[in-house]
Amino acid sequence: MGKFNKKKDGDLPAVSTASLPDIVFMLLFFFMTVTTMKDSSLMVQNTLPNATEVKKLEKKDRVLYIYVGKPTREYQKVFGTEPKIQLNDKFANVSEVGDFILMERAKKPQELQNVLTTALKVDKEANMGLISDIKQELRKVNALKINYTTYEGDAFRNLQ
Amino acid sequence: MPRRGGPPEVNAGSMADIAFLLLIFFLVTTTIETDAGLDRMLPPIEPPDQDVVIKQKNIFTVNINKNGQLLVEEELLDLRDLRSRAVAFLDNGGDGSCNYCRGGKDGSSSDNPSKAIISLKNDRETKYATYITVQNELVGAYNELRNREAQRLYGRNFTEMEAEFLNPETPASIRDDLKDKVKTIQDLFPQKLSEAQTAASN
Repeated sequence: MGKFNKKKDGDLPAVSTASLPDIVFMLLFFFMTVTTMKDSSLMVQNTLPNATEVKKLEKKDRVLYIYVGKPTREYQKVFGTEPKIQLNDKFANVSEVGDFILMERAKKPQELQNVLTTALKVDKEANMGLISDIKQELRKVNALKINYTTYEGDAFRNLQ
Repeated sequence: MPRRGGPPEVNAGSMADIAFLLLIFFLVTTTIETDAGLDRMLPPIEPPDQDVVIKQKNIFTVNINKNGQLLVEEELLDLRDLRSRAVAFLDNGGDGSCNYCRGGKDGSSSDNPSKAIISLKNDRETKYATYITVQNELVGAYNELRNREAQRLYGRNFTEMEAEFLNPETPASIRDDLKDKVKTIQDLFPQKLSEAQTAASN
């Protein structure tokens, strides 16, 4: 009865791992398509407020980012706890915002230079004084299209 | 000796490791973006050529103080009532020239949606979160009225139509059609939200 050979004891059949690369590649492609590269690491705390009437920011190449918030803990020793502006990878003063916009605008292709949006990613705890100063700087360089980046959610939660 | 069965098979056992490595690299260096927000236009810095005379009744003033309290048309107002007050102001149609308004036609409030201006002032010490909430409510008031008109004229919401119009994946033929509709609705209730210079804190 050679057809029904008894398996040897203790010898489990190996699980085939041949499809493991396929699974991992699938995951990889998923993450490659739904995520975008981090352009700069955050040096400020950035808890955005909530709003309900939001519009999506389409076309990432037409957006310039300005971050505002308290410096994160590791930078607090040097820069204090007052809200600061972060442009690209460094802290900046209000007066540098205009130059930053002009420089970034010059880097973009000609046809996009007039349709750029400035996304303000501002921490909830920041004061409007700083934001007003930034807006004034933006007006000076004619970057009038802005977007207050927010999370989508009940706006009244901001007040707590 | 001739080889049989073709070339020897390449060992693909480490393929999974390589793929994992790539996967982890992408997990670490990328973020899932949450880029949505309130779109606003800043006023140009050059002052307009001629002074525009605006009747006081056509201006809806909103002041936010540093404690986040609202002063609307000279009286204290809860933030939760702001949207309905703004809607009532915009939709008033005081001089009867607005045939789609359903407001109270109050003679002491705005004449026509195209003349109605909301003026927003804030203190330098106002919290950003409060400011965004107020902005959200005011934009919400406009959207509410625009949605109502879009429902009446085209049977769907304005915000939905606008999102579809702005989405680059929408086919061009649909976009052209939507463009006119969006423009029509926007003209019925033009967004006139003025932000004067921030008042100094005292």
